[in-house]
Amino acid sequence: MSDIRDDLEKTVDRICEAHCLKEVFMSSEAGVWPQALWQALEEVGLPQACLTEAQGGSGLSFEDALFVLKRSAYHAAPVPLAETFLAGRLLSAAGLKVPEGVLSVSVSHAQDNLVLLGSENNATLSGHAHRVPWGLSCDHLAVVAHRDGQQFVALVTRDALAHSASETVKNLAGEPRVQFDFDKTPIIAFAPLADAQERLLTEGALMRSVQMAGALQRSLAYSLQYANDRVQFGRPIGKFQAVQHMLAILAGHVAATAAAADAAIEVSADAPEPFSIAVAKSRSGEAAGKGAEIAHQVHGAMGFTREHNLHHLTRRLWAWRDEFGNETHWQTRIGEMALAQGPDKLWPFLTSL
Amino acid sequence: MHDFVFPAVTLPESAKLLRHQVREFLQKERDAGTFTPRKNSWSDGDAEFSRKCGQAGYIGMIWPKKYGGQDRTSLDRYVMTEEMLAGGAPVGAHWVADRQSGNQILRHGSERARQLILPQIAAGECFFAIGMSEPDSGSDLAAVRTKAVKAEGGWKISGTKVWTSSAHRAHYLIALVRTAAKEDDRHAGMTQFIVDLKSPGLKLSPILNIYGAHDWNEVVFDECFVPDDMVIGEVGGGWNMVTGELAFERSGPDRFLSTYQLFLASMAQLGDKPDARAVNEIGRFVAHLTTLRRMSTSVAGMLTKGEKPILEAALVKDIGTAFEREIPEIFRQLVPSEPLMDDESSDFEALLGMSVLKAPGFTIRGGTREILRGMIAKGLGLR
Repeated sequence: MSDIRDDLEKTVDRICEAHCLKEVFMSSEAGVWPQALWQALEEVGLPQACLTEAQGGSGLSFEDALFVLKRSAYHAAPVPLAETFLAGRLLSAAGLKVPEGVLSVSVSHAQDNLVLLGSENNATLSGHAHRVPWGLSCDHLAVVAHRDGQQFVALVTRDALAHSASETVKNLAGEPRVQFDFDKTPIIAFAPLADAQERLLTEGALMRSVQMAGALQRSLAYSLQYANDRVQFGRPIGKFQAVQHMLAILAGHVAATAAAADAAIEVSADAPEPFSIAVAKSRSGEAAGKGAEIAHQVHGAMGFTREHNLHHLTRRLWAWRDEFGNETHWQTRIGEMALAQGPDKLWPFLTSL
Repeated sequence: MHDFVFPAVTLPESAKLLRHQVREFLQKERDAGTFTPRKNSWSDGDAEFSRKCGQAGYIGMIWPKKYGGQDRTSLDRYVMTEEMLAGGAPVGAHWVADRQSGNQILRHGSERARQLILPQIAAGECFFAIGMSEPDSGSDLAAVRTKAVKAEGGWKISGTKVWTSSAHRAHYLIALVRTAAKEDDRHAGMTQFIVDLKSPGLKLSPILNIYGAHDWNEVVFDECFVPDDMVIGEVGGGWNMVTGELAFERSGPDRFLSTYQLFLASMAQLGDKPDARAVNEIGRFVAHLTTLRRMSTSVAGMLTKGEKPILEAALVKDIGTAFEREIPEIFRQLVPSEPLMDDESSDFEALLGMSVLKAPGFTIRGGTREILRGMIAKGLGLR
């Protein structure tokens, strides 16, 4: 591992080990914003890790920034780090200034119908945005809105969000997902971005793939630990072949997810690369379900309780695999890309990437 | 805990150029009618095709020129092999010699063995078989009972090897044999020998496989003489050679491309606009294939740098062989057909049928899935 990665890993581990405590997870799921955790991340500039220095970032590479995200997911950190990254990238792509603080994004939900109204100085936003992650915890929300067949990125402030929220639900991880009903809600900035919706969906899928890679890695670590510690029939359960084989299968999913996510990150620094991200999201989504099943089976009853931390990871895996497009969505896209090549040109296509 | 990292590999220009050369070579051979792309190409052999590969410099590429090689990099060889396999070329005759036997001889063989054998392999005129399994020794390799006794100028081997692929078509067999009685360390006292298959004291009989073909053999040794310079490595050091170095030969494209021709044929059957479920499955398999290629090329890159990614290589084989087994199971449901037992035809129903029949071997050959998973578990730190 490079020195930078090593430092980043130690930093994220230190912060998360100090702040991702049982009571923080509990209060976060009860709707309390984990301020101390976020503040600790802010103090070392990690929420801005995805921005260039010119945009107010710390000058980390995109790969290193996403390594931070992976490691935060390894700890199941209950904060919108991915969403802050996404909003920053979306605003920057549209040429807008990225505000400081906690950010989130509308997620291009199938039922979203945001429209931009008005002009330069009195632009407003109307329509519905569904399942907005951490929608009432963020300082600013970046949304994709339409006007006259054109796509725009617009920025909404915390005050305006507070007036527009209609319903808050929890995803499987217990993280808040907010519905907003905007009605000529004022916005503070907007700019056209031709492929805004696609960019957001694809980049969101990349973030979730990376997070799943981190959560799967920790699920394996927990499972190995438990298999070595838990004694039944007079020996650690990890001595049983049935358990060993399950863990080997889990390791395959962890390894494949890490490889697919890394491959997608490498080609997406400037703009999200659709094929490799589709591969990463569909492969990690499949691994999330199969991997979580094994991790739970190894942990037995203990993993089904809130006494063990496994559920923080597995509930996130089950949530993330369905956010920003499930396996079917991305596999279908890959299938269409493969069919566009046809059987004769598929191999040259795959080897040219 | 072990952190899985599969770094990207940047292929050298030489490998990119080679990729196109191999494609042109295969196109020319297909046009000439030398072969029709087949379903499971590294178990399909054609001595004439192997000779052409030898002439083109595609066998023993990474060996020194003085032994008939090309002095090329492992990544060059990787690209050549994946092109051959993806193109459905009948590389089976020389596969074992190129992938492992020749490498073992180069690293551990006597100078005479190198000079005598390697140039012939590289020319595509010398094929190898692997003599490991015995009637009472399959997964439990340390249970081999075939033994060699020291004789004047060499060794005399007696015993029986079974399920020996292509022994009746190969020129040599590398046999793992006991050279000392089993002690507390049951892995000690084993040695590898290069056995000339024309030697006196050898008797081959066919063992027909489940589809009735003669690929496997029983090889009975009756005081079969092997000269000293055909011992590979140290006497008694066979176990480490078999389990150590072969660990790195687990992760090549031959562990996930065995049914790639069936996948392409399925795509062709489904046409441009298949139903949603078929599009989805095609996408799923391309996602898995792309990820496996990343992992496999990455392991190749790590090996080139002298690293020892034993766990990563084992994982590639485990998920790769599961992947290639799954292809017939999925696509038989998407392309309504009744599979046929016909190893000659390239019709879809024959391709499907032979893939179904050959698939059980994918997760057994080169070490069963269960042995592999046990090794992975150990590598993960299960105590």
